[in-house]
Amino acid sequence: MNEDLLRSLTPSVLTILVRRGADFAAAEDAVQEALVEAVRVWPAGMPRDPKGWLVTVAWRKFLDATRADTARRRREDRFDEEPAPGPAPAVDDTLQLYFLCAHPALTPSSAVALTLRAVGGLTTRQIARAYLVPEATMAQRISRAKRTVSGVRFDRPGDVATVLRVLYLVFNEGYSGDVDLAAEAIRLTRRLFAAIDHPEVAGLLALMLLHHARRAARTAPDGSLVPLAEQDRGRWDTTSIAEGIGILQAALARDRLGEFQAQAAVAALHADAPTAEETDWVQIVEWYDELVRLTDSPVVRLNRAVAVGEADGPRAGLAALAELDDSLPRHTAVAAYLHERDGDLARAARLYAEAAHKAPDLAERDHLTRCAARLNTRLRG
Amino acid sequence: MAKYLLLKHYRGAPTPPNDVPMDQWTPEEISAHIQYMNDFAARLEKTGEFVDGQALAPEGTWVRYDGEGRPPVTDGPFAETKDLIAGWMVIDVDSHERAVELAGELSAAPGAGGKPIHEWLELRPFLTAPPTITE
Repeated sequence: MNEDLLRSLTPSVLTILVRRGADFAAAEDAVQEALVEAVRVWPAGMPRDPKGWLVTVAWRKFLDATRADTARRRREDRFDEEPAPGPAPAVDDTLQLYFLCAHPALTPSSAVALTLRAVGGLTTRQIARAYLVPEATMAQRISRAKRTVSGVRFDRPGDVATVLRVLYLVFNEGYSGDVDLAAEAIRLTRRLFAAIDHPEVAGLLALMLLHHARRAARTAPDGSLVPLAEQDRGRWDTTSIAEGIGILQAALARDRLGEFQAQAAVAALHADAPTAEETDWVQIVEWYDELVRLTDSPVVRLNRAVAVGEADGPRAGLAALAELDDSLPRHTAVAAYLHERDGDLARAARLYAEAAHKAPDLAERDHLTRCAARLNTRLRG
Repeated sequence: MAKYLLLKHYRGAPTPPNDVPMDQWTPEEISAHIQYMNDFAARLEKTGEFVDGQALAPEGTWVRYDGEGRPPVTDGPFAETKDLIAGWMVIDVDSHERAVELAGELSAAPGAGGKPIHEWLELRPFLTAPPTITE
């Protein structure tokens, strides 16, 4: 498809313009215009060299914009009309773009928007729809982000961890409009994985693939959430699982453990179990111990309490839970679940209702409300 | 990345420090107030945080289903309604702290005497889409 090709070419075209001396913000605008032009012109006849075509058109758009901007007229003198083609970079030349778009000076939402546009080649309208904000707002968010990074040197390596956090956010948050953000996050992470040798990039890609594999089973036809234990495992995507596990094993073998590899290991153990009952909870607890060591995150400790409840029984889970701050998000939901497993249905029902009241998202609230209703119906017997 | 509703009440919010009914202000003070709200919305659009802003008429109608084949029953408006919503703004921000900061700024809109009304705004988070990664 033309659109896929266009979007896969976007970051290298942009990088070439920047390497030729265009400033990042203007180059990014010019590339968007070239993409629009391509969508208009290509159906009538594909250019033989699509990337070369895009570079030529984008460069012309950039020169036009620079020329039109009389206040910046002097800048024009710095550019030749037809620059000599630069040396073709041997490696994927989009890596710098990932670093720039995830620059620590950007807020998370700006970094996400800029990454989706400059690296992902999405239009402002597509990004605005994916995050349910007006297009004008998203346009401003993106141009503000571009201004923020305008002084950043393009050739400096950045911190891979910041890029991974942005990609994780794209995968994990956002609404599915006409763009599949989860699939987009996987595409961008896969590309990063090809461009840089880093076990945590592998870890994140594996994590995404393993979760994405369960997507069809995660929601019932009515849109409600299906908990992991109740999912129809026959609907899990085994190709994705096999790929995720393969990538994870290769990364783990290098013995440079990180947060995403450990999270992926938990997901892999779930993916490996033919039934919920056969889940290796003991090993999952061990991975959560690693995660606690790596991140010291209270959310991880909460997930660990759930795993302990499965491995050693609900009483052990409740004991682990008792050590945690009860104001943590989902603390009440976990307590409800463990009390239900422990047979204290009245208490569980009350806690489920309380957890529903505090739930941060609609699907979870509905799920918890149903749990409370199910127990209350049984209790009325 | 979280959306918040900033809810403005005609009635039902705690009494603000600068509590003079709007019809007792000077016309210039009213213009200044409206200008402040418009400028605030325009500024949020520039920062990429604006989603929506709407004002509501104070008087509404209560409506309910009245059974198969019958027209809905209407009632009201009820003069005694305690909680009356005047309008809202929806913002999309990176943190709860940022939402509080913006609500504070909006509440500083000028009122009688050109001084901030210190109006109480109700800040409510939207329920989000469920995260993909759950365990």
